[in-house]
Amino acid sequence: MVETQERGEGLKVEGWLRFITLFELVFPTILLILGIYNGLLQVLYRAGIIKSMSFLGISYYQGLTLHGVINAIVFTTFFIVAFSNLVMYYYTRIQLSKGLTYIAFALMVVGTLLAAIPMLIGKANVLYTFYPPLKAHPMFYIGAALLVVGTWVAFLSYILVYLKWKKENPQKGVPLGVIGVMSTFIIWFVATVPLAYAVLFMLIPWSLGIVKEINIMVERTLFWFFGHPLVYFWLLPSYIMLYVVLPKIAGGKLFSEKFARLVFMLFIIFSIPVGVHHQYSDPSIGTSMKFLHGVLTFAVAIPSFLTAFNVAASLEYAGRKNGGNGIFGWWKKLPYTDPKKYLFAYMFAGLVLFLFGGITGIVNASYNLNSVVHNTAWVPGHFHTTVGGLVFLSFLGMSLYLVQKLLGKEVKFQRLNVLVPYMWLIGVILMSTGMSIPGIEGMPRRTNIGLTYLNPESEFFRPGWVFWSYLSVIGGTIMFISMFSYFVIFFSTLFSKKTSEADLYIPTAQSLDDAGTSFSSFKPWIAILIVLILVAYIPTFYDLSKATFGGAPPYSPELPVPMR
Amino acid sequence: MENEKIIQQQEKKALFISILLMAVFISMIVYGIKGVGVDLPTCISNVQPYETGKVVQVSDKEYEIYYVARMWFFDPQNVEIPVGSKVRIYLTSLDVTHGLHIWGTNVNLMAIPNAVNYYEVKFNKEGEYIVSCHEYCGIAHQNMIGKIIVKSSIENLGQNINNIQTAAQVGGEKTW
Ligand code: HEM
Ligand SMILES: [Cu+2]
Ligand SMILES: [Cu+2]
Repeated sequence: MVETQERGEGLKVEGWLRFITLFELVFPTILLILGIYNGLLQVLYRAGIIKSMSFLGISYYQGLTLHGVINAIVFTTFFIVAFSNLVMYYYTRIQLSKGLTYIAFALMVVGTLLAAIPMLIGKANVLYTFYPPLKAHPMFYIGAALLVVGTWVAFLSYILVYLKWKKENPQKGVPLGVIGVMSTFIIWFVATVPLAYAVLFMLIPWSLGIVKEINIMVERTLFWFFGHPLVYFWLLPSYIMLYVVLPKIAGGKLFSEKFARLVFMLFIIFSIPVGVHHQYSDPSIGTSMKFLHGVLTFAVAIPSFLTAFNVAASLEYAGRKNGGNGIFGWWKKLPYTDPKKYLFAYMFAGLVLFLFGGITGIVNASYNLNSVVHNTAWVPGHFHTTVGGLVFLSFLGMSLYLVQKLLGKEVKFQRLNVLVPYMWLIGVILMSTGMSIPGIEGMPRRTNIGLTYLNPESEFFRPGWVFWSYLSVIGGTIMFISMFSYFVIFFSTLFSKKTSEADLYIPTAQSLDDAGTSFSSFKPWIAILIVLILVAYIPTFYDLSKATFGGAPPYSPELPVPMR
Repeated sequence: MENEKIIQQQEKKALFISILLMAVFISMIVYGIKGVGVDLPTCISNVQPYETGKVVQVSDKEYEIYYVARMWFFDPQNVEIPVGSKVRIYLTSLDVTHGLHIWGTNVNLMAIPNAVNYYEVKFNKEGEYIVSCHEYCGIAHQNMIGKIIVKSSIENLGQNINNIQTAAQVGGEKTW
């Protein structure tokens, strides 16, 4: 590994980069307050406790749109760019281009604000998947497009740094953090090109009235080409932390750097040609393609299994080094509740949730089994343990840590802070159980069920679901309390007095093996990826060309007649 | 280095086990398709999108339901079928994207305008089956609920059924 990582001393971050990064961390955290508030409301609506179409001026589906967009798109994307800026700089010690970093930042902020306006005034109640022919205000699509283009500009700045580092260090293996960031953005870029096509050439002209109709199945397929890799865009930064940061904080080393690199390469090839697994229930796509995408989905589970093994082995090594013996003794020697090592608590609680997420994810991926759970409450039950679990917790922990380091501050309410992730863990397990079980019986997702299935006055009332939806309310409330505590800690820390030098230090584990220069080139993997995409998508689009019979004009969510 | 070797071996073992596990899962899916007979909706290209829903009795215990999903109801809304019937379900949408999930069955479909979805199901138990829209389709999405009532015998079916023998060809044509 690179020597600089070993010295462990801080790195001075220039004023401009510090400003941008802090902005990219604090801005989405402020928005997150609104996202989390709507999460709490959703469990209340869905239990029939709030039995109405809207509450305090925000309707159910408007709130759900804000919840999905802010939590899963805005917060994650901003964090990932901020984190990647620092990781690239920290491990290469090469300055990011100031111009590109500023442009990326400006595009992302302007895009988010543009999309936020129609959402807040109820002109974009289309949920975060914005499936046509429901139509949002054009500003919503334009904002989303700017946000994505901003991330491309950030990626360009990483590419320049990467190439420069390669040139200066021809004999060295690429630092793991850099491999992680580059893989994340390679996947993201390939995935967002078709999305950008759908938004720029289909949705925006259609929403402006320039184009009358668009083919809905084609748009859906382009959307899901992006939609699955999106989850790896979220997950890979967490994996970087698991490989690089976690073993160090646990007091040990990374078990195998070589296999960690392999994992990132496997994600590059397998995380994209699987999008049709979100379209198992769609018409116009043949079962052969659905099955192929299903099999490839199982392939993309393999690097996650390898990660689980590698991380567990690293933790075992740390536990033993800390004095643990026997088969299970090492478990007791990890810093679960050490306030100074709160990053461990955030990641560990996330890992426990991810165990559930992995298992339920396999169920979703399982082709015919998916018919039982598709679009039921099982699905949000699943992904609050993945994106709402490991991804969210590791981002929260790292976000607090980076703010603390970049400003030279001491975390406030340290004892409470180390409990936040465990509260979240308990809350998510209760809420997800309360959604997953009735989900198997058919409870739909994305539905204000408090008005029908959970309404004693409705002919469709399901008494058997009352218990489960109240369990979700309890879980959701615990999640809300956990996040309330986090916001208090985050903003008190942000506004507290400076206590030490403001410099960046990313805890970085050494590895037990010597990875040398293995898996240090992306080229062969990108080539395989392209082949797999062609194999997985040409027949899919051929099916669509045979079995779709026209397009659709736009509709407002309020009226059952076309807008034009 | 000795250490290096052990790490390599263990990681390779982990890789092997995970590949094996995935192979087992995939075999179970294949068994589900071939052995149990549960498959996904496929691509049919010979049924044109239609505008009105209908129930067609093809033979004694064989029905076709042509569902149209609309903001915010299904057409037909309620359907009665004798127990033991095999039912071919066709589904399209006249406006936005909807879902159609018949609780307690494997029928879980998306309704897309200008595309026709298809699935086959057999109702072996009497009772009321909820047909629920499970894709957000606008402000009254939560009210979009239909029923299939499976009755003991055909005499007490309270509806008109078109008895058309030239119903669409079973299953449609597969493109891939
Ligand atoms: C207090 C915390 C939270 C609560 C109580 C909560 C609750 C819920 C509930 C009940 C739903 C289902 C609504 C429906 O399908 O009708 C939902 C959907 C969702 N949640 Fe959360 N959630 C919370 C935090 C989060 C976080 C932190 C994330 C992501 C990082 C997240 C991401 C999502 C997404 C992407 C959806 C799907 C939206 C859609 O279907 O359009 N949630 N949430
Ligand atoms: Cu997916
Ligand atoms: Cu609906």
